[in-house]
Amino acid sequence: MWEAISSQNASSGSPKVPPSGDGRDLLLEIRDLRVHFDLGGGTLWDRITGGSPARRVVKAVDGVTLVVRSGETLGLVGESGCGKSTLGRAILRLIEPTGGQIIFRGRDLARLSREEMRRERRHLQMIFQDPYASLNPRLTVRDIIAEPLETFGLTRGLETEERVRDLMRKVGLSPRFIKRYPHEFSGGQRQRIGIARALALNPKLIVADEPISALDVSIQAQIMNLLKRLQREFDLTYLFISHDLRAVRYVSDRIAVMYLGKIVELAEARAIYEEPLMPYTKALISAVPVPDPTIELTRRRIVLEGDVPSPLDPPSGCRFRTRCPYAIAQCAEVVPPLVEIKPRHFAACIRISPDEPQIERVAAGEAPGLKRAS
Amino acid sequence: MDGILLSIRDLRTYFYTEDGIVKAVDGVSFDLRRGETLGIVGESGSGKSVANLSIMRLIPEPPGRIVSGEIIFDGEDLLALTPREMRRIRGKRISMVFQDPMTSLNPFMRISRQLMELTQLHLGHTKRQAYAHAIEMLERVGIPDARMRVDSYPHAFSGGMRQRVMIAMALACEPELLIADEPTTALDVTIQAQILELIKRLKRETGMSVILITHDLGVVAGMADRIIVMYAGKIFEIAPTAKLFATPANPYTKGLLRSVPDPARDAGRELYQIPGLPPDVARLPPGCPFAPRCALAQERCRREFPPFVQIAPDHHSLCHFATEVYAESVREKEAKGASDLNPL
Ligand SMILES: Nc1ncnc2c1ncn2[C@@H]1O[C@H](COP(=O)(O)OP(=O)(O)O)[C@@H](O)[C@H]1O
Ligand SMILES: Nc1ncnc2c1ncn2[C@@H]1O[C@H](COP(=O)(O)OP(=O)(O)O)[C@@H](O)[C@H]1O
Ligand code: SF4
Ligand SMILES: [Mg+2]
Ligand SMILES: [Mg+2]
Repeated sequence: MWEAISSQNASSGSPKVPPSGDGRDLLLEIRDLRVHFDLGGGTLWDRITGGSPARRVVKAVDGVTLVVRSGETLGLVGESGCGKSTLGRAILRLIEPTGGQIIFRGRDLARLSREEMRRERRHLQMIFQDPYASLNPRLTVRDIIAEPLETFGLTRGLETEERVRDLMRKVGLSPRFIKRYPHEFSGGQRQRIGIARALALNPKLIVADEPISALDVSIQAQIMNLLKRLQREFDLTYLFISHDLRAVRYVSDRIAVMYLGKIVELAEARAIYEEPLMPYTKALISAVPVPDPTIELTRRRIVLEGDVPSPLDPPSGCRFRTRCPYAIAQCAEVVPPLVEIKPRHFAACIRISPDEPQIERVAAGEAPGLKRAS
Repeated sequence: MDGILLSIRDLRTYFYTEDGIVKAVDGVSFDLRRGETLGIVGESGSGKSVANLSIMRLIPEPPGRIVSGEIIFDGEDLLALTPREMRRIRGKRISMVFQDPMTSLNPFMRISRQLMELTQLHLGHTKRQAYAHAIEMLERVGIPDARMRVDSYPHAFSGGMRQRVMIAMALACEPELLIADEPTTALDVTIQAQILELIKRLKRETGMSVILITHDLGVVAGMADRIIVMYAGKIFEIAPTAKLFATPANPYTKGLLRSVPDPARDAGRELYQIPGLPPDVARLPPGCPFAPRCALAQERCRREFPPFVQIAPDHHSLCHFATEVYAESVREKEAKGASDLNPL
């Protein structure tokens, strides 16, 4: 089966979405989502000289189509600057999307009025990397966790207090600390406060943006265990954003790999790690250091050259081509669509196809994916 | 020469703060051989940076003070040197790179000038020699178009490229010892892989010794010859890399190793977690500083400070039960070896 689910096919009608073959309901369906930041016309130099006033637009998210199923954890990985946070925030409309649809429980969030969106946000919450920056330092833990409850008028008076205590216990914080301020807690405990607040309204979906990146190894393990436990207990769905591939592998059911605004590979977590198809994914995984000296000393690492190119001026065609060891001339010409290469394993590369998914085995100069794409 | 470049004995560096005395480094001793890479791991606050800033004599004083110890570098006690003598060693024979390159780079000065100042001062280069050397160094650390970019300012470089520039500065005078303090923590894994490859290559080319500080056990696994595990200002375990990973003799090391997710072992299971928080070194409990978080802790652990037990001449562990913990690791390794042979 061939199913392209990227924006490149959007021109020919709405893009198709992979079937939810495992029987879980779709909770969220993102179609051709775009978030562009318009930085205004030209550079300062252009403005002074009156030279080409080309508008400078960062296409941080550029045609993303994804589904998230009820109760799953979808991991989102990629180097920094690839658009992961922008995608996560756009789903909650903390950033306004430029185009596309965000269908959540049957409604397109992108089309809701501010007031409607505010009400819907009950079901969509976010956890941030730096819990300190995201918690109001002048509020006590009680007020931080109670705020969403009070805003939505869900609880009153003593009931609020009881619910806050209950949430604190759920995330492993002693209710004795209810009157304390964020700065009196360690990083890991602050992250627990952020999680309690996110849980307060019984959300369906939590977007966790690098929730463990700032924490010590031992605390990372504690927070990952907590998130997993809460997922079972509250039937939560997570979009788990991280640049730590070991952590993403551990918590995710499926993983989407992002590069310069596009999803380039999408599959079950095990498949992404054990049988990655995209040269980019292979390089990412091979770059992760393994805490095992015998493996480290014997394995061959694919070291990617250079940095992620500027999103202001991304490469034509496949955006990865400037760093890809397998790039050929055609890679500059065609934007590769995200295609189902193996069952439920999608990749965006013109040099692979369902007949030959191993790029290492494709004959020099061949682009088997190109014929099917056109 | 006996092959030992640096020898640290009973180093204690304390900070005198309002909260009390922070014993950031408290009785640390180790040797570093010429050409060796020593990894130092541990959670934040364990004293990794302070130990190494002490070697460089860069402890802010007050509130800090090196209260005791010896730091013998190539036969000379650095703690006995005058500030002026120390300046001749720092940047020339011992250099340091940090997590944030902007701590070493001056944002208002061209890269060329920053590199030239170093070699004019330490190597007596003329302007012309220094300029040529600056370009050569940038080429060596893999800056593309080094000749064209040598006159740029630091902000013109990406994070990974700035890290390379800082390494070029650190290595400009061919130091005998490079101290790298979390050099890749702020970088993406792809860029981290580039920087680690670079450090490995430069080490091969120059034969320098490296102290690599990190909280990532994966990073030291592939880089270090030996590893020190620090906790609460103390060395909890020291061993050759292969031994430390295969047969750790300390409960803290074992906990750290097990809390890194390993897909082969942890899929679908609860991740091993060390309970509690890293300690507040101004308020350490009596006895073993790890006791409040240790699954093996007995009454004795809470009362008596543990001994530094020798497991083998090159393997030591700070623990009342070091021998038992080591024996357990050996059993686990043998069981694992057997299961590797027989997948059923
Ligand atoms: N508010 C903004 N204005 C302009 N550019 C932005 C803004 N937010 C993010 N960007 C740019 O969008 C790109 C994607 O950023 P981000 O989503 O934060 O990436 P990631 O989370 O993957 O590191 C980056 O190039 C970033 O500089
Ligand atoms: N300038 C300082 N003043 C007071 N305490 C300090 C200072 N520098 C470091 N410390 C303390 O010393 C301890 C060890 O710190 P550090 O060596 O930076 O840890 P690590 O590098 O292992 O994360 C910490 O408790 C830290 O708070
Ligand atoms: S003495 Fe006890 S607490 Fe300390 S390291 Fe040994 S087992 Fe752990
Ligand atoms: Mg981000
Ligand atoms: Mg440090």
